[in-house]
Amino acid sequence: MCKRFVSIWFKHLTTDWFTRRNPALANLPFVLTAPSHGRMIIVAVNYLAQKKGIYAGMVLADARAIIPSLNVFDDKPGLADKLLFRLAEWCIRFTPFVSIDPPVSLILDVTGCSHLWGGDETYLTHIVNRLKIIGYSTRAAMADTIGAAWAVARYNESKKFVIEKGQQLEALLHLPPEALRLELDTIERLHKLGLRQIKDFLTIPAYSLRRRFGPEFIKRLNGALGVEEEIIQPIYPVESYRERLPCFEPIVTRTGIEIALQTLLEKICGRLQREEKGLRSASFKCFRIDGKIEGIDIETNSPSHNVAHLFKLFEIKLSSIQPDLGIELFVLEAQNVEDHSPAQEKIWKEPGDLNDNHLSELLDRLTVRIGAGRIHRYLPDEHYWPERSFKPAMSLQEKLTTEWKIERPRPLQLLSQPEPIEVTAPIPDYPPMLFRYKGKLHKIIKADGPERIEQEWWLQQGKHRDYYYVEDEDGCRYWLFRLGHYSTDKSYQWFIHGFFS
Amino acid sequence: MLSKSLMNTKSNIITQFKNEIFSLQRFKTPLHSAVLDVGLQPIKNAFPGAEFPLGSIHEFLCETIEDVAATNSFIAGITSAFMRNGGVAIWISPTRTIFPPALKSFGISPEKVIFIDLQNEKEILWVIEEALKCDGLSAVIGETCHLSLITSRRFQLAVEKSSVTGFIIRTNPNNINATACTARWRVKHLKTVSENHLPGVGFPRFNIELLKVRNGKPGTWQLEWAAGKFTHISNVAVVIPQQQKKVG
Repeated sequence: MCKRFVSIWFKHLTTDWFTRRNPALANLPFVLTAPSHGRMIIVAVNYLAQKKGIYAGMVLADARAIIPSLNVFDDKPGLADKLLFRLAEWCIRFTPFVSIDPPVSLILDVTGCSHLWGGDETYLTHIVNRLKIIGYSTRAAMADTIGAAWAVARYNESKKFVIEKGQQLEALLHLPPEALRLELDTIERLHKLGLRQIKDFLTIPAYSLRRRFGPEFIKRLNGALGVEEEIIQPIYPVESYRERLPCFEPIVTRTGIEIALQTLLEKICGRLQREEKGLRSASFKCFRIDGKIEGIDIETNSPSHNVAHLFKLFEIKLSSIQPDLGIELFVLEAQNVEDHSPAQEKIWKEPGDLNDNHLSELLDRLTVRIGAGRIHRYLPDEHYWPERSFKPAMSLQEKLTTEWKIERPRPLQLLSQPEPIEVTAPIPDYPPMLFRYKGKLHKIIKADGPERIEQEWWLQQGKHRDYYYVEDEDGCRYWLFRLGHYSTDKSYQWFIHGFFS
Repeated sequence: MLSKSLMNTKSNIITQFKNEIFSLQRFKTPLHSAVLDVGLQPIKNAFPGAEFPLGSIHEFLCETIEDVAATNSFIAGITSAFMRNGGVAIWISPTRTIFPPALKSFGISPEKVIFIDLQNEKEILWVIEEALKCDGLSAVIGETCHLSLITSRRFQLAVEKSSVTGFIIRTNPNNINATACTARWRVKHLKTVSENHLPGVGFPRFNIELLKVRNGKPGTWQLEWAAGKFTHISNVAVVIPQQQKKVG
């Protein structure tokens, strides 16, 4: 299939950004500088300064000689990359495939997109005009190949920026060799040889060109002419389950967003249902007019293609979306998709098990609202140490690998950290007679124990615990332990660890 | 002879009317009433229709952490009855101290319990309500400080649709207000008695107080948990005369 690409060249990317921040700069010549080897070198110039003959790479002192009142600002390192990425995100409204072409341009794969805007010409002018409204002066061109679009955007002298299908050769003929994205010394050599236009060396056989200018040169030439295909890396990989909903009028109301979400969910769930799949995680993105992207992410515990349920999950967070001036594009993506065959309906509804559909839907809703870290399910673990005798389950479906141990009495309430208590106990191994916990004195009437639990030395070093199951005079039952052996230097310590039923 | 049959018909009519009133008050006769086979027979008699009300809200008053432990065990004992054939419970609390392996000794498979730890009171109430609406669950156990009349009515309306049983543990009994719950309980520890006066701690024992119950008779019972069921210690239940105002 014939592809179409748009190359957008930002003529004054960073300086335009400065002008956007401070509109007063629009009528003043200014430059951005960075220190290099003890001199100030100009890294970017705005349109007015460029008209006076100042160019990037010039020493600041020379520029001051041309315009004494030149405004100078410090360059922000990494600004261009950041701006390009943001602009690339913004351009997703025109096509899903947007890639960054450093230092100052973007490449859009617009195959099959332009007819939505009423043709190639209007599409391209629309992009350029929109960028102009934001404040960026650009040149953009459309062609069958990336190379041709790039060349025409920068070096075309006529007003024709849309190259018809298959016409890239004619468009390139009169352009200089710089238009082929070559290395500097290759360009210099070409000029030295008098090859000032692409048509001058097109007729030279490829093998002699390769010998003189290297394989990279041939690759660029073939790429521009469409003989070899070039591959671009989109900033966001396009999900295979993805739906878009562009809007004619910017959406500002919650009702509008809900309708958009509902429409997208119906589309994506219909497709998932036909393919017997369900989504595990999805994100809903709203592209605002001012270039910001608002989004909601959701996750489910089991694959689902239930529109009502998924809508509810999104609805919980919907109020976090700020439409501001309005949203012009909604995108719904399913990042994780798993097989999901529909279960047979039951006539009688019984309290279900962990695979119950309603339960997993409930947990999805809770996860969205309160976060996944608050919801736990536990499985037994093969350890005697009480804190380690259970472990969190990874999923709802995870099965037991070992049995729960109940040979010894265990308290229903266990303190997460054992708390120190004061104890009176006959030595050496009798249960305590009384203990004081939180200022209250408990007299022990009955006791069981000790039950010694040793440290698992391969996991943790420390003293062992001697546990006692005691009952006080009110009938309340506790789990106490002594850390370490009895000794004369009182190095042991008593703790309360749990409350029995 | 005639008068006796007349009496019979009269009492029949009265029972019929009572049942009608119960159904109007949305008291559902549970479908699987045999499920609750954990030795709660004497307590069951305190409820209308002599059935433990499933699909409704029970509130428990607790003052100390020891009370919470006793209450949790009592709830676990009841819940184990209807989790036997594969139900799932949700346990919501601000400071979760439940030791999952210990639930096994109350007949609950700990892996079938989902614990939710939340600090914010508002979120706890929201989660409890959402969970009560979900008919895939057997029981919802929630620990909270405050339970207003409006919230409890919302809970009650939720369970009437889903027939989930809800247990609300209230840890701040200083301000007890009227609620729409079906029953209000207080569970305390009792001293254990070991067999043949052997040394050591015996099976756990509880003093169960049913403070308020809609259309039933409040009372006090002493139960012991042993071998997977409750046993009544003294079969004579002390029935408190109905001094409380109607709940809700």
